[in-house]
Amino acid sequence: MKPETRRKIEELYPLYPHKRGALLPAIYLVQEEHGYVSPEAARELAELFALKPVEVWEVLSFYNMFYTEPQGRHHVYVCTNLPCSLRGARTMLKGIEKHLGIHSGETTSDGRVTLGHEECLGSCGTAPMMRVDGRYCENLDLEKALRIVDELE
Amino acid sequence: MLTEPFVKKYLTEHYGDDAFHTLAGYERAGGFEGLKAAFTRKPDEVIDVVKQSGLRGRGGAGFGTGLKWSFMPKTSDRVKVLVCNGDESEPGSFKDRIIMERGPFQILEGLLIAAWATGAGKSYIYVRGEYKLPIERLRKAVAEMYVRGYLGRGVMGKKGFDHDIVVHSGAGAYICGEETGLLESLEGKKGQPRKKPPFPAQSGAFGLPTTVNNIETFAHVPYILARGVPWFRGFGTEKSPGTTIFGVSGHVERPGLFELPLGTPLSEIIQHAGGVRRGHSIKAVIPGGMSMPVLPPSQLDVKMAEEFLSERGTHLGTGGVMVMDDTTCLVRAMCVIGYFFRDESCGQCTQCREGTGWVHKICERIEAGRGRASDMDLLASIPGMMEGQTICAFADAAAWPLQAMLKHFRGEFEDHIVRGGCSFPESFEL
Repeated sequence: MKPETRRKIEELYPLYPHKRGALLPAIYLVQEEHGYVSPEAARELAELFALKPVEVWEVLSFYNMFYTEPQGRHHVYVCTNLPCSLRGARTMLKGIEKHLGIHSGETTSDGRVTLGHEECLGSCGTAPMMRVDGRYCENLDLEKALRIVDELE
Repeated sequence: MLTEPFVKKYLTEHYGDDAFHTLAGYERAGGFEGLKAAFTRKPDEVIDVVKQSGLRGRGGAGFGTGLKWSFMPKTSDRVKVLVCNGDESEPGSFKDRIIMERGPFQILEGLLIAAWATGAGKSYIYVRGEYKLPIERLRKAVAEMYVRGYLGRGVMGKKGFDHDIVVHSGAGAYICGEETGLLESLEGKKGQPRKKPPFPAQSGAFGLPTTVNNIETFAHVPYILARGVPWFRGFGTEKSPGTTIFGVSGHVERPGLFELPLGTPLSEIIQHAGGVRRGHSIKAVIPGGMSMPVLPPSQLDVKMAEEFLSERGTHLGTGGVMVMDDTTCLVRAMCVIGYFFRDESCGQCTQCREGTGWVHKICERIEAGRGRASDMDLLASIPGMMEGQTICAFADAAAWPLQAMLKHFRGEFEDHIVRGGCSFPESFEL
């Protein structure tokens, strides 16, 4: 990890009574740098937090928003929980899958988009919706969703 | 950003004001009157006011807020901690998000009042990682408060009253909405709930005395202090005073958020959302977020407060109303519900880890036309093996929807088995 990332992590320590409280925010910082957390980066984090590598790895693998594999340049996650499904989210996801030629959970061969589905994203009043690189795109239909996906570089 | 609520009372009154999420805008709208009123009282008196107000937690369990605050040890040689639960992940719930997006200072003022009342020196606001805009708004709001002396040493010039607030991002795990799962996660661990006792007030975040309340709960507090108990009790019912922000989703004409008094009839809330989709009738309604038992159309007269809902075998939960119309295949709905709980079970208790998988698997095979005659009894036997058997309430929450589906709509499951498949061609796609 870059010295700058390490410095940012160290700045987080005083916010928590125990240094380990800064682990989740630290993982986010590593992901910002690399897009995912490699086994090597996880070992570096373990060293920084005086933990065993497995203690970092079990945290990484517990949370949906941490990635242990390289990701596409853009993340597209469609919410498929019940309120969104009732308003056609799964039909929309199938349309996006067909358009990109990949299944949910896969990345396009050019590395442009990783497509996935997520559980309730708290946008039930504006369903169906998807999360694109952290941004909420709401009140969608397939046509609007494809326009957003196609605009990603 | 979420559309502002279609019906407003005090909590969401200013959500149409684009400056309300800034300190200047909040002050202009009369912000911090509650904190000023709290400062005129002793900490114990503030707890008494909140007790008398009858405010109940808005995160799902409905526990008395004042009573919870009173569990904090009066004296402690260690710093006491407040945790604000912004991990809103209950399917059908999206009310906390709009409070964080549009009224972050309501939450922060509520935290400061609670800090004054309980003697807490530090607050953590734990927000689900997907809520990027809410996190940004809260962080900006906290930074503004430090600059203006509302946080740090000597809050608003009050000597000896110091308070710090940290906004902490979760990373995608439903179970972190469970208060001890949240505390584990805050400590940098897997979010697996803890055995209780010890309760958080004795040993919570980082082993320190801790009180955990939901986002909306804290947001109501300033109004109670500023406007008084009789005013607050003017909304809602005797046992459930105040308003809440109901979220209506699914097959309605106008899904969205509606701030209404607790005790408003379910049918009226659905009417505010424009009623069921035109040309259709209501088949089933989940009244309080996906974990809560479903109701058939004959029960829509129920008043939306815990004391009335529990009489009908369900709960208020988070007030997330999910409407399903006559096109909906409820076995399919149960497949979606079952998948969710299977996916989100933290895995530490066998009853939950195995039970959620069984429910999902059996429902999927019934929906696919491979249901067995013995599946009905098998399905019906699962909730009893999960409910009340595990470390946290997740297994109960996973058992209830199935139990209620079988209670009210058993025939639809049996029909799938007898016919060897689904007979709802118009239903949402799985």
